[in-house]
Amino acid sequence: MDKTVVAAWMLMSLLLMAACDRQQWNSPYAEADAEKNVSYSVFSERPKHLDPVQSYSSNEIQFTAQIYEPPLQYHYLKRPFTLIPATAQEIPAVKYFDAHDRLLPHDARTDEIVYSVYEISIKPGILFQPHPAFAIDASGNWLYHRLSREALKSVFVLSDFAQTGTRELLAEDYVYQIKRLAHPKLHSPIYGLMVDYIVGLRIYADTLKQVESNLPGSETFLDLRNYEMEGVQIIDRYTYRVKIKGKYPQFLYWLAMPFFAPIPWEADRFYSQKGLMEKNITLDWYPVGTGPYMLTENNPNLRMVLERNPNFHDEFYPDEGMPGDAERGLLIDSGKKLPFIDKVVFTREKESIPRWNKFLQGYYDASGIGSDSFDQAVQMVGQGEATITDEMAAQGIRLETTVAVSTYYMGFNMLDPVVGGGNDPRAQESARKLRQAISIAVDYEEYISIFANGRGIPAHSPISPGIAGYRDGQEGINPVVYDWVNGQPQRKSLRDAKELLRQAGYPDGIDQRTGAPLILYFDVTARSAEDRSKLDWMRKQFQKLNIQLVVRSTDYNRFQDKIRKGNAQIFEWGWNADYPDPENFLFLLYGPQRKVGNSGENAVNYDNAAYNLLFDRMKNMEDGEERQSIIDEMVKILRYDAPWLWGYHPTDYALYHAWYRNIKPNRVSNNSLKYFKIDADLRAKKQREWNEPILWPAVLVCIVMIVGLIPAIMTYLRYESRTATKNISI
Amino acid sequence: MLNYIIRRVVYALPVLIGVNLLTFALFFVVNTPDDMARMQLGIKYVTPEAIEKWKAERGYNKPLLFNAEAEKLEKLTSTIFFEKSVAMFVFDFGRSDDGRDIAHEIRSRMLPSLAIGLPVFVLGLVVYITLALLMVFFRATYIDFWGVVVCVALMSISTLFYIIVGQFLVSKLWHWVPISGYGNGADAAKFLLLPVIVGVIGNVGSSARWYRTVFLEEMNKEYVRTARAKGLPERLVLFKHVLRNAMIPILTGAVVVVPLLFLGSLLIESFFGIPGLGSYTIDAINSQDFAVVRAMVFLGSMLYIVGLILTDISYTLVDPRVRLN
Repeated sequence: MDKTVVAAWMLMSLLLMAACDRQQWNSPYAEADAEKNVSYSVFSERPKHLDPVQSYSSNEIQFTAQIYEPPLQYHYLKRPFTLIPATAQEIPAVKYFDAHDRLLPHDARTDEIVYSVYEISIKPGILFQPHPAFAIDASGNWLYHRLSREALKSVFVLSDFAQTGTRELLAEDYVYQIKRLAHPKLHSPIYGLMVDYIVGLRIYADTLKQVESNLPGSETFLDLRNYEMEGVQIIDRYTYRVKIKGKYPQFLYWLAMPFFAPIPWEADRFYSQKGLMEKNITLDWYPVGTGPYMLTENNPNLRMVLERNPNFHDEFYPDEGMPGDAERGLLIDSGKKLPFIDKVVFTREKESIPRWNKFLQGYYDASGIGSDSFDQAVQMVGQGEATITDEMAAQGIRLETTVAVSTYYMGFNMLDPVVGGGNDPRAQESARKLRQAISIAVDYEEYISIFANGRGIPAHSPISPGIAGYRDGQEGINPVVYDWVNGQPQRKSLRDAKELLRQAGYPDGIDQRTGAPLILYFDVTARSAEDRSKLDWMRKQFQKLNIQLVVRSTDYNRFQDKIRKGNAQIFEWGWNADYPDPENFLFLLYGPQRKVGNSGENAVNYDNAAYNLLFDRMKNMEDGEERQSIIDEMVKILRYDAPWLWGYHPTDYALYHAWYRNIKPNRVSNNSLKYFKIDADLRAKKQREWNEPILWPAVLVCIVMIVGLIPAIMTYLRYESRTATKNISI
Repeated sequence: MLNYIIRRVVYALPVLIGVNLLTFALFFVVNTPDDMARMQLGIKYVTPEAIEKWKAERGYNKPLLFNAEAEKLEKLTSTIFFEKSVAMFVFDFGRSDDGRDIAHEIRSRMLPSLAIGLPVFVLGLVVYITLALLMVFFRATYIDFWGVVVCVALMSISTLFYIIVGQFLVSKLWHWVPISGYGNGADAAKFLLLPVIVGVIGNVGSSARWYRTVFLEEMNKEYVRTARAKGLPERLVLFKHVLRNAMIPILTGAVVVVPLLFLGSLLIESFFGIPGLGSYTIDAINSQDFAVVRAMVFLGSMLYIVGLILTDISYTLVDPRVRLN
């Protein structure tokens, strides 16, 4: 038989074999996992830190929150967000003490309280995940705590260690982690904040620095158990105590973050070996926790894999939620043991196009919605209500929306003489009216509609919805910018804005002192085409008042530098809350938090004595009527002063396939993975349905090539059969 | 030849120092050590003390190029430039600004880059030369004319377009291969097919045209006329004589890029999710990781120099008239 025919048969056979294969050709996953209880997710940025004392960004916490267990967590279904015990036996009750260590009543005045004590008892019987740091030999000696160069030769990743072990979670593990906040070789982002609260943390950091400088060069392990810290104390095997300066009710929220998760000293000892550090095997790279999952593959350039922790303690799906949760199927699994999913594969996708297409093919279980795919995914019906498009609905995809505990705003630098007013009360008053006028003129409803695809709600104050202190409806509107008309807020007219501008000393946008047009400067880091249209839009908003807006575009570093030095005039900024408490928003305008001089988080350098005083009172109060009235007062001051142009609170839109269940999205509690459930059979069925290979283009390409070759072959034959004389012209 | 190679290696040293200095200057014109610290430490709750601590730990608390406060030679050696540069010349790339061992990263990412780079290079060379020879064979016919037109059209289109269209047609519409991703061992084949095809097609326009020009130039030489006069078929003239004599310009373009295959492609790796050195460089630039940026630029420069030396050596292999001295 002709060789070409044999080759063609072999090719056809291969194609047929591949076609008969159960897995789809375009499946990016291993065939063995096709119908298993595995979830497929995505990450775009490689995590920098997986050590809970250092990691803070959202792309890190999506891993650490599944592995580490702080003592507290948020109820998965309840809103507003409610703290519940995780490894703690109960929510710790705080005790207040005065300067003479006398116990004070719970309703003691804040100024009487010198320190607070949180006593936390953890549940017994919780085990750490299997890990080589706990491995011991028959004599009870640590197997891998003093590895020789020879032993390290065959070690490249953590899984190269043959033996693993575990041990019970103890109170000392939590204490060890709190001490690590002050470790001289670690950079905890909350160290600067916590030294103001945890008693003795700064002194402890100084002590460790001293001890570390005296360590012999070969010693890389600093055993924190040998150094006591005043603010943390082990009471018994399962109980520890944290001493806080003054009163700080928000400390409970911190106890729900991985910063306060347990770290066993064995892990610290194990990872401190120089040979392991040289091989990138560190605690910052290979977490050790008690949570529902453990990291079994760590290749942040490609894939991160979490697998069920075989030692995970008993925890059950909540049996109560909010009205409507039962109807949405969120209580079907009430009382069932967590987690539901065996393995979660996070694949790195840096670009949005492949990420989106793989979601549509069923290879990712969930997806966010980029602006370029928004129209394909979402349609607005009725009163601007977002629903899924018919195309998505046909695939069984559903849309979940939630207002993020975030805010985007336009800031006026209060140190600027024009928009801030400087020290002269008359100039301050003029600047205030100017800010109010701009607040009316810049139509954020339009901005949300054009640039955020409607994904957001206009802000009336810094506090985002879902947070205590936020007010909805008529009592929640900003009366400086809105009127309440026909049961809804209506932005004041441009006439009002122009009148304010006139009162500010800029009638029709002209500075009445100099006769020159008013020019304001907008500092941005914008670069893209979309940014340019945003800036054009912003210019037009200011143009409504005849104010010329000059855009000063710079790179992110210079922009930050301007903000730090107070050299910007008007700029855009945002804030994602650390915890669901109004204090975490209102402190952004607290005087002592000014950027300039104090390196705080108050980017506009707003400093109002009355506001500061109210903040000092409010921050340490429990939620209730009294706190709400103080917050109302504070918000009233802010609205009047308008140091921010209250932009909007973004709404998160996310899409989920029909096989992905128990989803109640939020940005506050990050350990939600254990509640999610996958119907792997349905997914496999849909993947097969949606990804049948289409072969006719291959046939077409072959035909086109053959047809194209025929004239070429004919030309060649003609060329070869020509005689030389034909080329000779006579 | 050995003397020649040694001389070229010695010449390479000032070039590498110059490249290193230029990278250093360009990087620190845009970023300050404070910016780098802030990038690594995050946005929230970053105190000036934390920034100073970060800089001190990584040696970024020193002057950039000249330490006026130091004594004698230390004025030059106790600087960021000196301390960060010297180690690289013994291939000690140190740690990235987020604490990872750069050499380890380079080793682990080199293979995925090579897995794309090598097939694109080999397959590309075969395809481009074949197409160029075909156009030359059918020169002055409609095949040649339309071949050139198509080449010009193809070279006018950005690689990004090929990537997006390739992903759309081959992966999304026809479901033949995964849109993006990477696997180890034999599993990698299905992920590499599309990026390799896109990589080849992305350069087909410019390369085929260039090789066509090279071959046409050879076609006008006297030995070709002699070969034809002896009655050799045209295909033998082309494949046996012209191709062999056109090897020098082919090698000039081809051998020099061989060492650079390890460095990968920034765009293809990024869009196809290939964890190679191209995406490593992009990530480092985005995160202002000077340690990685300088290591990759140094490596790139060094490999380029190696490529040039290899090109010179290859001339001696294909053309006996060339002597390296």
